[in-house]
Amino acid sequence: MRNFFDTLINRQDMIISALLEHIYLSFVAVAIGIAIALPLGIVITRYRRYAEPIIGVTAVFQTIPSLALFGFLVPILGIGSPTALIALIIYALLPILRNTYAGIVGVDGSTIEAGRGMGMTRTQILRQIELPLALPFIMAGIRTATVLTVGIATLATFVGAGGLGDIIYRGLQSYNNALVLAGALPVALLAIGFDQILKWIEKRATPKGLKT
Amino acid sequence: MIRFENVTKRFPDGTEALKDISLVLPTHELTAIIGPSGCGKTTLMKMINKLEKPTDGSIYIDEKPINGMDEVQLRRSIGYVIQRIGLFPHMTISDNVALVPKLLEWPKAKKEERVRELLQLVGLDPEIYMDRYPLELSGGQQQRVGVVRALAGDPNIVLMDEPFSALDPISREQLQDELRNLQQTINKTIVFVTHDMDEALKIADSIIVMRDGQVEQTGTPQQLIDDPANEFVRNFIGVERINQKRTFGEKRLMEFLNLFTRDWAGDAENISADSTIEAAFTQLDNSNQDYLAIIEDEKVVAYANDRDLLKAALVKESGVLV
Repeated sequence: MRNFFDTLINRQDMIISALLEHIYLSFVAVAIGIAIALPLGIVITRYRRYAEPIIGVTAVFQTIPSLALFGFLVPILGIGSPTALIALIIYALLPILRNTYAGIVGVDGSTIEAGRGMGMTRTQILRQIELPLALPFIMAGIRTATVLTVGIATLATFVGAGGLGDIIYRGLQSYNNALVLAGALPVALLAIGFDQILKWIEKRATPKGLKT
Repeated sequence: MIRFENVTKRFPDGTEALKDISLVLPTHELTAIIGPSGCGKTTLMKMINKLEKPTDGSIYIDEKPINGMDEVQLRRSIGYVIQRIGLFPHMTISDNVALVPKLLEWPKAKKEERVRELLQLVGLDPEIYMDRYPLELSGGQQQRVGVVRALAGDPNIVLMDEPFSALDPISREQLQDELRNLQQTINKTIVFVTHDMDEALKIADSIIVMRDGQVEQTGTPQQLIDDPANEFVRNFIGVERINQKRTFGEKRLMEFLNLFTRDWAGDAENISADSTIEAAFTQLDNSNQDYLAIIEDEKVVAYANDRDLLKAALVKESGVLV
């Protein structure tokens, strides 16, 4: 235990910079994932014929083991942060896409019919009815994607993109359990922390009238 | 006035939901469209606000064809109440009711005043209900909000698609009565789709009976009962109901005073409160007045026209006291 704290103190610069790298990787990947999957999720609710195939493609990506996906990308993109980011974005897509789609499709048809019948335009229906009512689902998707990304970003070390995985890997190579722990513990806390924060946001995002 | 001219609706697979329908729905009247499910009644109604479009034929509102009208603008000028209520669960009652005024960009004060006025109209205290959410209200209260939401933009026409069918029988009866009373005040052109003949007979000024995309008969409730056009209409109204209406005999007017009209300024023929409903019908049929003045202890206690008598007959038949 002493050993662990010594490691934390002696290597704090390294740990902090790895932590920041890790947060950076996860955050950017989720942000870009949202930027792609949210609009795409909305679009496929309008063209439902394409919804299943598109969600299917992202689901296939999800199925590829993460280390293998990194492996596929390295020959094409080389090593470094961009490779890691692209892999992480690919993993973030499915939960956000699927929940956005399911959230909007799940909005009670009668409310949409009422909106249409009262003369709301399609954009007004989307912004004033569908998105607010689907928001809790969308937030849940983002939460899942974030937790997933934080976990998988640990593997970014294998493509030279840094992150807390670096520390764990180094620890493993040098049989230094304290160092392994110094990387693993922050990753775990990061995932739990993000999960809690997003859970709170998700709760706040639930429209007031639906909480009763 | 809403006029349908040779309206046909054909689906891509060739089935015809509506077959060459020509109809007039008069202004300021409540017209019920009734028929078994799949008869095309809802499709017919939804053509008025362009939620459905005819394959052939045209629809005119006050003799202006709606074909060329912008559908969004048209819908904002027509009230719409749907079967499953369709209130927006994430918006307060106030925001729900003010939806069309908001789309029409009314100033804030005018919107709020309108919301208060409308909630009061259906007996919901604005102070209590304005800031509540739909799920905090009972089904009956929700559909009251649904009805006044359709009135918010002060439309001339209101479309109602089986608005009370999802409610429990007691709320349904109440809302039917309230709608009838409300219509006395607001005088809109109401198109009311239903599959419930009791409901149609109770609330409608005129009834359109449909089957398989065609109109079987149009007429007042009384005309339908007295003179069903064919076997289908007869069965749909119910032979039992027709017979009962004709032989209810022994019930007396005094039992139904609360259903009758309180005030009537025009001429009326006197009848004793001891008389039976049947006697009252006969007297009214032979009279040249529209109303009977019901006399109890030498005082007029109520007035009744043929709709009031019909209501009394229906109450007796279903055994429900309003």
